[in-house]
Amino acid sequence: MTLADLKRGEQGIIKDVSSIHIPLKLLEMGCLPGNVVELVQVAPFADPMYLNINGSHLAIRKETAVHILIEIVNE
Amino acid sequence: MSKQINVALIGNPNTGKTSVFNALTGLNQKVGNYPGITVEKKEGVCKLPRGVKAHILDLPGTYSLNASSLDENVVIELLLNKEHKDFPDVAVIVCDVENLKRNLLLFTQIKNLEIPTILAINMSDRMEYKGISLDIPYLEEQLNTKIALISTRKNKGIDQLKTIISDYKTLSTEPCMDASDIDAAYFENLKEVFPNQQLYKLWLVITQDVNFGNLDRHTIDGVEDFKTKSKTDLKRLQQKETIKRYQFINNVLKKGQTIDLATAKDLRIKLDRILTHKVWGYVIFGLILLLIFQAIYDWTGVPMDFIDASFGSLSEWAKSVLPAGVFTDLLTEGIIPGIGGVVIFIPQIAFLFLFISVLEEIGYMSRVVFLMDRIMRRFGLSGKSVVPLISGTACAIPAVMATRNIESWKERLITILVTPFTTCAARLPVYLILIALVIPDGRILGLSYQALTLMLLYLIGFGTAVGSAWLLNKVLKIKSKSFFVVEMPNYKLPLAKNIGITVLEKTKSFVFEAGKIILAISIVLWFLASYGPGDQFNNAEEIVTKEYPTLSEEDLNDKIAEQKLEYSYIGIIGKTIEPVIKPLGYDWKIGIGLVTSFAAREVFVGTLATIYSIGSANDIEDEDKARDTIKSKMAAETHSNGTMVFTFASGISLLLFYAFAMQCMSTLAIVKRETNSWKWPMYQLAVMSAIAYIAALVAFQFLK
Repeated sequence: MTLADLKRGEQGIIKDVSSIHIPLKLLEMGCLPGNVVELVQVAPFADPMYLNINGSHLAIRKETAVHILIEIVNE
Repeated sequence: MSKQINVALIGNPNTGKTSVFNALTGLNQKVGNYPGITVEKKEGVCKLPRGVKAHILDLPGTYSLNASSLDENVVIELLLNKEHKDFPDVAVIVCDVENLKRNLLLFTQIKNLEIPTILAINMSDRMEYKGISLDIPYLEEQLNTKIALISTRKNKGIDQLKTIISDYKTLSTEPCMDASDIDAAYFENLKEVFPNQQLYKLWLVITQDVNFGNLDRHTIDGVEDFKTKSKTDLKRLQQKETIKRYQFINNVLKKGQTIDLATAKDLRIKLDRILTHKVWGYVIFGLILLLIFQAIYDWTGVPMDFIDASFGSLSEWAKSVLPAGVFTDLLTEGIIPGIGGVVIFIPQIAFLFLFISVLEEIGYMSRVVFLMDRIMRRFGLSGKSVVPLISGTACAIPAVMATRNIESWKERLITILVTPFTTCAARLPVYLILIALVIPDGRILGLSYQALTLMLLYLIGFGTAVGSAWLLNKVLKIKSKSFFVVEMPNYKLPLAKNIGITVLEKTKSFVFEAGKIILAISIVLWFLASYGPGDQFNNAEEIVTKEYPTLSEEDLNDKIAEQKLEYSYIGIIGKTIEPVIKPLGYDWKIGIGLVTSFAAREVFVGTLATIYSIGSANDIEDEDKARDTIKSKMAAETHSNGTMVFTFASGISLLLFYAFAMQCMSTLAIVKRETNSWKWPMYQLAVMSAIAYIAALVAFQFLK
């Protein structure tokens, strides 16, 4: 599944980042394989998405989120 | 002998870098521009222990040395150019203690450039609250640096930072890690071909595609022995480098930092559940805007009346004590009313800057970006366009510059083109005086009609901006990759010092910038209004006396003054354009105001003040002092047939004209610079003027 499928409050672990579609800046902000990502809040129509990646709080658009593969963490 | 050392403050956005800068330099700072580009350059002077003086440069915030904007480019260009006069003797990397991991990425890169580097960990007052503890000696050893734990909020650690800066010669220039094993063969080859260059510097030059003195990408690619790589390969390597750096940082922090999650509290998430909520988020945003407009209107009346009256009396007083003559006339009829026309708006402009900087300082603006992105995208804009559109309510110039962090060129261009529609501070003087003239007093639900009209004008500006963005989005055929990342910084209580300095600096530069233009235009205007060609002007007294032999002396003087103005040079200009503006409900005097305000809008009020001062002969004999305030002069103005000039219809028509017209040379210049072509500003000028004319025409014809 991808980051775009994450529900509010859920956590996942980043598995892979499609390097052609994801800008370097996002990686530098902590969006790297192995890091934990939590969906904090979504705007109307679930876009953009407000994430907590490894302590970095940032918002990205859904179109970017679909290029980030994750695995849900079950609590 | 005291020696000045160069210190550069570098850090991620939202780390309190500017607070550190303010703490070090106090008011010993100046804001300018980097030559040739419009990136803001903040520099100041700081006294260090043992009589050392430091020149402090506050560099634009950046997440890494891989630049993706002009602002970030400034950082790299400086750090790679040893010949630059600002090249730092020591770099201070400002970090946020709550996100050390990410902040250290930039730190490790700068260490690779072998510049003496200090790590300033800011917001240390938040450590307890967040359950963070740090092993400073361990971190210093691993990172090969000196660490200053500071809190600008509690004013702690600044002295320690100053001491470390003054001991900069003892700092290590050794890198704390080596990233070249991401592709050992490639870097080995690089080292062989360019033995005299620093390896990491070469790598940055290759990946950044910017020039650094005699070394640029193409000369590197052109060297025969060197095997170049494709763009995608380079990008993949940059990613590998980033991962490698994070591995190193994670290892260091595993031992050097402990976070006790049980005691950690997160106010940000709790607040954001409400402030970025699907419904409440928008309601709160609306209420904040409403509060701002009500405040600008209701809280500034007293100082404004005071300033208005003071300038009226100053003019009177100057007239009574100075010897009569051309110079006195110029001063009392040209310069003083002209300057008064700007000074009166200081309270409101300062309030506006205050609100905007408080919202930014708190961290609320990023939430607005988040809330608005989806909506703005429908109009071809980005959520990040909201910040330029909101700061456009202060001034379009910084707003156009603030579009730089919009990643997509199309979204950015559209934002630049529509931003001048938002109601900037320069429109405020015009709006306020016209609203006071033509909108009745009275309140509905505790909000005054006048405040509501003002809010409506802001909404019209914003609505037009968004509407034309939608059109432009359909018309412009530009393909550009859209990508959007915005950081949601922690909420912070605003620091009074930061806010104070921002409001002071911005208001000052607004008043001086506007003041210069207004002063110049006032003087030119006064000359054009006080001299004229031909008989009608030079023999005005005789002609009028002959025509109206029965008038009292006072009325006669008024008539003569009017006759003179009408046949002066400026009167001739006004009369020439009168046929064009008559359908909008304006007379030739307003026409003069329109012409002069194509330089800058706020000149309008000053122009009318100057014209009406000259156009009436009433001097100190006039008992009613209130008559000398600008507003009352305008209210008393009549057409030749005795009807009022400023009626509801002509007032609304003027308001709309100013809402839409592109009357600001500085904005046109900045748009030219940011879009790198005259095409866009000229297009802006033509379209906005046309919309203004049509809107004013329709409004007047319907309302009259």
